[in-house]
Formats: sequence, C-alpha cells, structure tokens
Amino acid sequence: MIDPQMFQLVCFYAFAAVTVVAALGVISLRNTVQAVLSLVLTFFSTACIWLLAEAEFLAIALIVVYVGAVMVLFLFVVMMLDINQERVREGFIKYLPVGIIVALVMLGEMLALIGVRAMHQAVMGADPAAAVGMSNTEWLGHALYTQFLLPFEIAALILTVGVVAAVVLTLRHRTGVRHQQASQQVRVKAASRIRVVKMAAEVPAAPQAEPGKETTP
Amino acid sequence: MGEQILNQIIWPIVYILCIVLPLVIAVAMYVWWERKVIGWMHVRMGPNKIGPFGLLQAFADVVKLLLKEVILPTSANKALYYLAPMIALVPALAAWAVIPFDDKMVLANVNAGLLYLLAMTSLGVYGIILAGWASNSRYALLGAMRSAAQVISYELAMGLCLVCVLVLSGSLNLTDIVHAQAGSKGIGDWFMWPLLPVFIIYFISGVAETNRAPFDVAEGESEIVAGFHVEYSGSAFALFFLAEYANMILVSFLASILFMGGWLSPLPASWGFLGHASVLWLFAKVFLFAFLFLWFRASFPRYRYDQIMRLGWKVFIPITIVWVLVAGCMKYFGWVTVGTGG
Repeated sequence: MIDPQMFQLVCFYAFAAVTVVAALGVISLRNTVQAVLSLVLTFFSTACIWLLAEAEFLAIALIVVYVGAVMVLFLFVVMMLDINQERVREGFIKYLPVGIIVALVMLGEMLALIGVRAMHQAVMGADPAAAVGMSNTEWLGHALYTQFLLPFEIAALILTVGVVAAVVLTLRHRTGVRHQQASQQVRVKAASRIRVVKMAAEVPAAPQAEPGKETTP
Repeated sequence: MGEQILNQIIWPIVYILCIVLPLVIAVAMYVWWERKVIGWMHVRMGPNKIGPFGLLQAFADVVKLLLKEVILPTSANKALYYLAPMIALVPALAAWAVIPFDDKMVLANVNAGLLYLLAMTSLGVYGIILAGWASNSRYALLGAMRSAAQVISYELAMGLCLVCVLVLSGSLNLTDIVHAQAGSKGIGDWFMWPLLPVFIIYFISGVAETNRAPFDVAEGESEIVAGFHVEYSGSAFALFFLAEYANMILVSFLASILFMGGWLSPLPASWGFLGHASVLWLFAKVFLFAFLFLWFRASFPRYRYDQIMRLGWKVFIPITIVWVLVAGCMKYFGWVTVGTGG
C-alpha cells in the first residue's frame, strides 16, 4: 500500500517545495529577522533532501555548522540592527534590473552545465560508500584522511588563515581600557590586600583628673 | 497491509510515547527533587504540603500553569512569540530518539547518532533567541543575546569533547561507544579515566549549554528579571521549563553514556545482579549527574558574563584541542584498550 519508492519521491518534492518557498522568502520578506529565519528553513529542508540522498554526514554537518552556529550569529547581528524599511524598498526597485540579469545569466549557466553533464554521463555511478559496505560518514572520513589528505589539510589551513586575517583586520587597540588579569586575581594573597599591624595596646591615660574637673572629652 | 501499518506507524509511536511520557514525569519529579535538595542545603523543608513529602507539588504546579492565561505583550511578533516555546521543546525531545538505554533498548540505532545529537542540541538555542526577540522587551532581548553568545561558545568546547570520545571509540554510534568502554578492567576501562579533563569540561559545558546555574546569565533574575522568558506565562512558560529540564536530563544521560560506560556495571561480574550491566546502572549514573546540576545551583554564585566567555574560549577550548591530540596518541600507540578485546 505504501510504496517506499513513491513515498520517497513525494518526500523529495515536499522538501524541495519547502526549500524553494523558503528561499523566495529570504529575498522577499520585509522583516530581516523573518528573512533570516526563512534562510534557516532553507538550510534545514536542504539537509532533509540530502538525508534522502543518503548523504547523512553532509546533511547533519549543514545543520550543526550553518543552522546551529552561523545562522545563530546572523540572527544575533540582524536583531541588533535597526534597518529603515523604506530605504530597503527603494534599493529593491533600483537594483531589480541588474538582479534579473544576474539571475538569468546564472540560470543559463546552470542549464548549460546540466546539459553538458547529462551528455557525458547518463547516470551517476553506484554509491561508493555502499559499494565498500561502509556508512556514508565512515567512507567520507576514510576518503578525506587518506586519498584527499593534502587538499583537506590545505583547505583547513586556508580557513585558519582567513580567521586570523579577520581577527587582525578588525582588531582595534584602544587606549585607556582597563583590563582585568584573571590570573593575577586568582593568585592574589590575603597579605597583599590587607596588612596586619602589630602595635601595643593603647592604654588610656590613667584618670588622674582633679576632682571637680570634667573628665569626658 | 494492516501488519505493515502496525509495524511502521503504530509501534514507533508506542515506543516514542514510552520515552516521552516517562521523560515528562521525570521532569516533574526532577523539579520536586531540585526544590527538596536545595531546600535541605538551605536548611529548609522544601515543598511538603501537597501529597506525601510534597511529591504532588510538581503536578499541582503543572495544573496551575496550564490553567493560567497566556499573555501576549503589546506589539510582540505574534507568530514567533507562540512558535518560540515549541522550537525550544521540539529538539529537546527529538534528541531522545538516539539515546540507548540498554544493549537493545533504543528507538533509532543510527550510525551517526552523536552527530545527530550535536545537531539537535544546537537547534534549541533558536527557541531562546526567538522568544527574546519576539517578546518586544528589553530584558528578554538582553537575555536572548547572552544566551546565544554563551551557547555558541560552549558548543565548540562540547563538540571537541565529543571528538575525543569518538577518536577513542572509533564510532559515532552511541551503543558502540558504550561497548567500546567494556573490558576486563571494569570501571578502569571507562573513558572517564583517559579523558578525565575532557569529561569534566564536557559536563561543565553541558551545564552552560542548558543555561543552568552558575551559568544562568540568560535568566539573571537580579539584573534582567528573568531573561528571555520574562514575558511568558502559563503553558508557554511551562514549555520552556519542560525543555530546560529535559535538556538537563539529556546532558546527564550523555555524560553517563559517553564517559561512564552507560549501562555497564562498575562492579566485578562475580557480584551477581550488581555486577551485571543493566539499565538500572545507567539510571544510577544519570541520577548522579542530575544531582550535580542541583548541587552546583545551591553552591556556586552566578558567573559574570566576561568570566563565562573567558572560561569558554581561553580555558576549555585550548584544553580540549590539546586533548584531542592526546586522545589520538592514546589510540595510535595503543595506550587505551577499546572494547572487550583488550
């Protein structure tokens, strides 16, 4: 009754439809927070499509990295911004022709690429992970750390350099900022905060007051 | 055809209910236990009026919350305001799908279980951020900002802790990770010994990730009233509450499974019932960690925001990065025996 193949196809189209609608929402919603949330939905439904294609590692990595970390920071920034909606609307009409041209060129390029690929190879080969009897994650790990170790490490290095460069570019040395040195605070001893002074007890002078004279100060 | 529906739809739903219903009751009992324990630590009685030992207090509170009105603040974003508690709760419950309770007792024995958990726990922060933004309140927004920064920072340390575990176990499957901690040395084969610093960092990060004391600046009632859920009342607030406590129990389960051998017994096999691996051992370990959450709350004052950031970025992340290397060496040179073969 429930044909698994059919069900998978229905799921694919459902996820794809959600992806497309959410992606349209990203560029059309007026409210920036809502636009960012549609981008989150786009990523999430893309991850669902990848799960259907049994690319489980990529799908979960997309959610962990983009949805779980990058988009949270995006949202963080967008919530702080006070964007003038009128200005945004002005820009939309002004840049619409350029946007349409860029979109059309991209569409043409994508169609050409799909056409070239379709002519060269009819179907993709069998799933290489399934061929060696490993899970997708395991196979990807083996491939990355043996066959493609050098490119993988170079990519990691480039990303690290990018992070360092971003930090250096935005680092401002401000004068007059007071920093707390936590290590100093931890190392502080009671002796450096309070000084106990030994001194002889101050004995008030014996009341040898003459009678009749007031002794209280 | 009927059998197919039964196997594919009815049984999974029954299994899901078998996990979620006890979880909700556990949350209620956990809240009661928290109030009791903290009461004892403060030399008070804690709840003691409703039911024996005040046991029904939690249920009375649930009924009270459900009967209260859900108030929508003026010019709040209505859709997001109502959506936020659900977004907080759904990942907190979804994560339980891959938690194994025993050799066989697991809803979904997936190969990428650890990754799935990481994905689900990283989604929970959306509920908090959206609640803070949609409430149209300064306090709520400040709480959401603090929470977002904190969760992102501690997620990195937590992820690196998980990397250490999976370097040693060689698997992302939670059941396999527990099996990798079995061995002739019993308690000595658990990952908590070779990964001791990571184990401690993992649990502290878990406390920070769930926004619990002493990392509860997101609520910070002394400065920002109650943080992200200041505008929520009634059942919407109850959902946040449920999500937070479900996450605390989840972190306790994960710490037990990843570092303390899950359902394996710490005693030698000759001890009969106590020496056998059983789900009761898992629950005992989880109880220990769940108790630690409460103990921390009763003992430590709240961290200052900059201290939280310093601890996360300058202490935990460097230590875990170094320990990933150490774990790699342990595995490569065979200093750690993995699985029963050792």
